[in-house]
Amino acid sequence: MAATIVFIVLAAVLIGAALGVITSRNPVHSALFLVLAFVTSAGLWLLLEAEFLALILVLVYVGAVMVLFLFVVMMLDINTATLRQGFVRYAPLGVVVAVIVLLEIGYVVWTQKLGVTFGTPVPHAATFSNTRELGNLIYTTYVYPFEIAAVILLVGIVAAISLTLRRRAGTRTQDPAKQVRVSAKRGRIRIVKMPTQGGQAE
Amino acid sequence: MITLFDFLALSGALFAISVAGIFLNRKNVILLLMCIELMLLAANFNFIAFSRYLNDPAGQIFVFFILTVAAAESAIGLAILVVLFRNHQSINVEDIDSMKG
Repeated sequence: MAATIVFIVLAAVLIGAALGVITSRNPVHSALFLVLAFVTSAGLWLLLEAEFLALILVLVYVGAVMVLFLFVVMMLDINTATLRQGFVRYAPLGVVVAVIVLLEIGYVVWTQKLGVTFGTPVPHAATFSNTRELGNLIYTTYVYPFEIAAVILLVGIVAAISLTLRRRAGTRTQDPAKQVRVSAKRGRIRIVKMPTQGGQAE
Repeated sequence: MITLFDFLALSGALFAISVAGIFLNRKNVILLLMCIELMLLAANFNFIAFSRYLNDPAGQIFVFFILTVAAAESAIGLAILVVLFRNHQSINVEDIDSMKG
């Protein structure tokens, strides 16, 4: 069956990309492997008929967040050699913890002890719109969480800008408040009364 | 036939790999952030798989919100990282001990 082959190939690529993220020497390579992992997951989400989220994952994650990561990685002059000290020393511990996590999850998954029976999902019709379905839910049942998500994004914008904004000494910037406060009495400008020449004003 | 448990196993493996990544790259803050992104991706995988196999789109709504919060989190995290690098000239986790008593 074609879907199974697609699943196996994409799953193998996803696991390989995730391993690449955590083992690359260069943070830029890690970021690019993470891009590969996101794109591959978007493919798998398409297989699960979550089309809207698959496209959002590519647009938001690959298009914005990973570009941000790459910008930061390239902007900072990082000494990767010192950062990789202890990589080998902590590798056994990391592998042991990962294997334990995998065994725990695997126990639940392979013994299928979820207490729920899952049927085979019916494929949606060709005219079915996943975006319309999600939109109907977001703007009705989940409208308050949606608004809160918008506020969280606003907080994120303000926090990121206010954290990284810095004022250097010696830059010439306008101070609008000062400009507005200028008046004749405080001496910035001088209003001169001049006698008009004799003619009639039009 | 792909079952729900195939997807759960895949996301479990993804989660375990990112846990190992946090141990391996414990000095590099950027790599730690990337591993957190991978963990969130694994969690999202579970939500979408359950949403598909239970025929309930609410799981996808939850993924939508997780993506929103994760984007805000990584933006703020990277901003903190840039400020940290500006002040310490390093992003090594071991150098971040200025609040140590």
